[in-house]
Amino acid sequence: MSTAAESPTSEPSFYERKGIASWLLTTDHKRIGILYLGSMMTFFLVGMTFGVFMRLEQLTMGPTIMKPTTYNALFTLHGVMMIFLFVIPGLSAVFGNFFLPIMIGAKDVAFPRLNLLSWYLFMSGAAVSLSSLFTGSGPPDTGWSFYVPYSLRTRTNVTMAVFGVFLIGFSSIITGLNFITTMHRLRTKGMNWMRMPLFPWALYATAWVQVLATPILGITLLLVMLERLFHLGIFDPSIGGDPILYQHLFWTYSHPAVYIMILPAMGAISEIIPTFAHRTIFGYKAIVLSSMGIAAIGSLVWAHHMFTSGMSEVAIVVFSLLTFLVAIPSAIKVFNWVATLYKGSVELRSPMLFALAFIFLFSIGGLTGLFQGALAINVHIHDTYFIVGHFHYVMFGGTGFAFFAALHYWYPKMFGRMYSERTAIVAFVLIFIGFNLLYFTFLVLGLQGMPRRYYDHLPRFHTGHIWATIGSWIMVAGLLLMVINLVRGLFRKTTIPANPWGGVTLEWTVSSPPPTENFDVLPVISEPAYTFNPVTKEPA
Amino acid sequence: MFGGASSFSGKVDAVFLYIAALTIAFLVFITFVMIYLVIRYRRGKGGKAQDIHGHLLLELVWTGIPLVLFLTMFYYGWTNYRYLREVPRDAMVVQVTARQWAWSFTYPNGRQTSELYVALGRPVRLDLKSLDVLHGFYVPAFRVKADVVPGKNNYTWFQAEQLGDFDIECTVMCGVNHSYMLSKVHVIAEQDFSAWYFGDSDVPVLSQAGPAGAPDPARGERIFKLKGCVACHSTDGSKLVGPTWKGLFGSQVTVLTDGKEVTLTADDDYIARSIHHPPKEVVKGFAPQMPKADLSDRDVADLVAYIKFLP
Repeated sequence: MSTAAESPTSEPSFYERKGIASWLLTTDHKRIGILYLGSMMTFFLVGMTFGVFMRLEQLTMGPTIMKPTTYNALFTLHGVMMIFLFVIPGLSAVFGNFFLPIMIGAKDVAFPRLNLLSWYLFMSGAAVSLSSLFTGSGPPDTGWSFYVPYSLRTRTNVTMAVFGVFLIGFSSIITGLNFITTMHRLRTKGMNWMRMPLFPWALYATAWVQVLATPILGITLLLVMLERLFHLGIFDPSIGGDPILYQHLFWTYSHPAVYIMILPAMGAISEIIPTFAHRTIFGYKAIVLSSMGIAAIGSLVWAHHMFTSGMSEVAIVVFSLLTFLVAIPSAIKVFNWVATLYKGSVELRSPMLFALAFIFLFSIGGLTGLFQGALAINVHIHDTYFIVGHFHYVMFGGTGFAFFAALHYWYPKMFGRMYSERTAIVAFVLIFIGFNLLYFTFLVLGLQGMPRRYYDHLPRFHTGHIWATIGSWIMVAGLLLMVINLVRGLFRKTTIPANPWGGVTLEWTVSSPPPTENFDVLPVISEPAYTFNPVTKEPA
Repeated sequence: MFGGASSFSGKVDAVFLYIAALTIAFLVFITFVMIYLVIRYRRGKGGKAQDIHGHLLLELVWTGIPLVLFLTMFYYGWTNYRYLREVPRDAMVVQVTARQWAWSFTYPNGRQTSELYVALGRPVRLDLKSLDVLHGFYVPAFRVKADVVPGKNNYTWFQAEQLGDFDIECTVMCGVNHSYMLSKVHVIAEQDFSAWYFGDSDVPVLSQAGPAGAPDPARGERIFKLKGCVACHSTDGSKLVGPTWKGLFGSQVTVLTDGKEVTLTADDDYIARSIHHPPKEVVKGFAPQMPKADLSDRDVADLVAYIKFLP
């Protein structure tokens, strides 16, 4: 792909400087990526623990290990942490920060100091949100969507949690702005837009959504805080406000946010599949266009969260139609990924297993979305476990599995170390089985009429809840095994070559881990991305 | 899930089956192709990988076919949904009032209940009102759901097509006891409904047993509360005006019959006799002051079932 020197540089790696200060004051995009990885994996494990306790409570009917107040706080915090502290920053903050500059042949992002600021905003937002656990009159119990007027009336510490999310929003906006500028200004010589790899492309589409949609969430949450403190009468119907207005504003951000979560995941999958099929991606342009299409149409479907809220009939029909249209670009991507296996040379390493599982699980997630888009069915399954199952298939089966795929794929590059491949595969199998047992059961429970956010359940839902809880144990065993394997890998002394998987994007031309400045000499690009098997022109 | 308990359920389930058939076929197809390609082109099989950049016709085909199918799903979902927005003119209007954490139903003649009673086959329009925060009115068996929004007059309707009792659940998080904001819809025959609606009995008297047939302890519990049994009988062992019902069934009781002490086992018969003819056998140590209640045989059977159900 590049005409720059293929031999890795002898420059010291970016880990060379030691000491806490060298990390906390760093402006190196790779170090910031590692900082995000460490903090987000911690939040993920905490959020997962909350989930495990909820499943334990549901194992039996009636009160068992906690009271309703605790349970309601758990599902709220599980949602807030998983969404705002794990899947939204997600692949963008970790792998985007680490690899975007390298993949487009740049030495860093356009605004390195702003980049560090966004990590600090993220961490302070997280700290403020989590402090709601220990301050005021207890953790929020509204669900992560903070629906008014309950979120205005509850005595729990909603204000603090909402302010934390407000801060995290700024981190997201700044990262988006930074990435857009980086891609416009810092692509290396010869890397025109249509030679840019698909992960940066996906980050580009994501960044626009982050910049355009996140401010709406910021303002909305600010209004919730003001309403709680000063009773302005914007959302509270008892003083002349409109609760449906809140829902519109909330979902105007929070539905596009779903695409902030999934687009970078799709980008990572588009990197992993060609590498392990050892051939170029099928339909590069179609994938680029569908990323931009998802970002555009995805911004216009928010009200499909509100079909039962009492909106106008016209709005209901239009949003249902648009919802079906946004499914098309996702379907196009799935077809192109599968077609990329055709006439390849497929190697089933752990990143590839996670990537193929992503295609399967994301397909289930997308297809179950079609049920909800259809108005007649939506009336039945809205606000039930079907929805919970659906978005766990998309957010966890999709973004989560892609995150793990990317982590296993780029791990040797990021750390210059290697995990145990065999353990990685065992962990993958456990996660995959547990995941499906847990969330497929949710789909079934939802169809039977089990509402979400229920502390207790009626006897007819009991069997399903037992299966789901067993699934959660298997999945958590797999997740813990995976984390242990990845942490242990850091202590195994090995030397990793620059290109362990045979990838062709620029990050595989620099040493593992990369030097501080990424490149000695900036590469010059003369071919499309993903040229694995160049055709040798024979003389006519 | 395919019960057909309301006139709308069939319409929801039809769209569900249509989309399920298409999506399952798609999922099986794409998974099969994926696994086949992984095996067919696995590394080490000797074949040399080729860089195939794409195929315009294929891209158009796999954009076009999903587009058409998705539009049929949209259309089918929409047309069947419209049925839910067109309330028949002759529908009985019931006012549903939601508050943290209970439902209440007000009928056109002013009758108020905490559980909904409707006549089989008669359309019912529900006008939804909230006294505090958001709630969601949901009857899974009827496939009917609508948010109850304070300050907004949402509505929904249904026409029950099956006799029986169906769950009502709140679907929008409304506070600590959200998961206990439950009630029931009781679908009863038209003549029973009329008799109840225009009569003065709190609980409808059923001329025929519901589809379940078996005595229903849950209904027994309602009768226990509504008919005032609760005033004199406890269910937690404490002694009120009358003996507690806790542990009553199957126990040995000493009663006074015509001035004589008799010890007998509290079985179905004994309890039914005591309800029908209170002064006949009075438990030793209690005054003979229990009134005769206006209860049908089914009511009594359900009450007995409730007493059996108690620990």
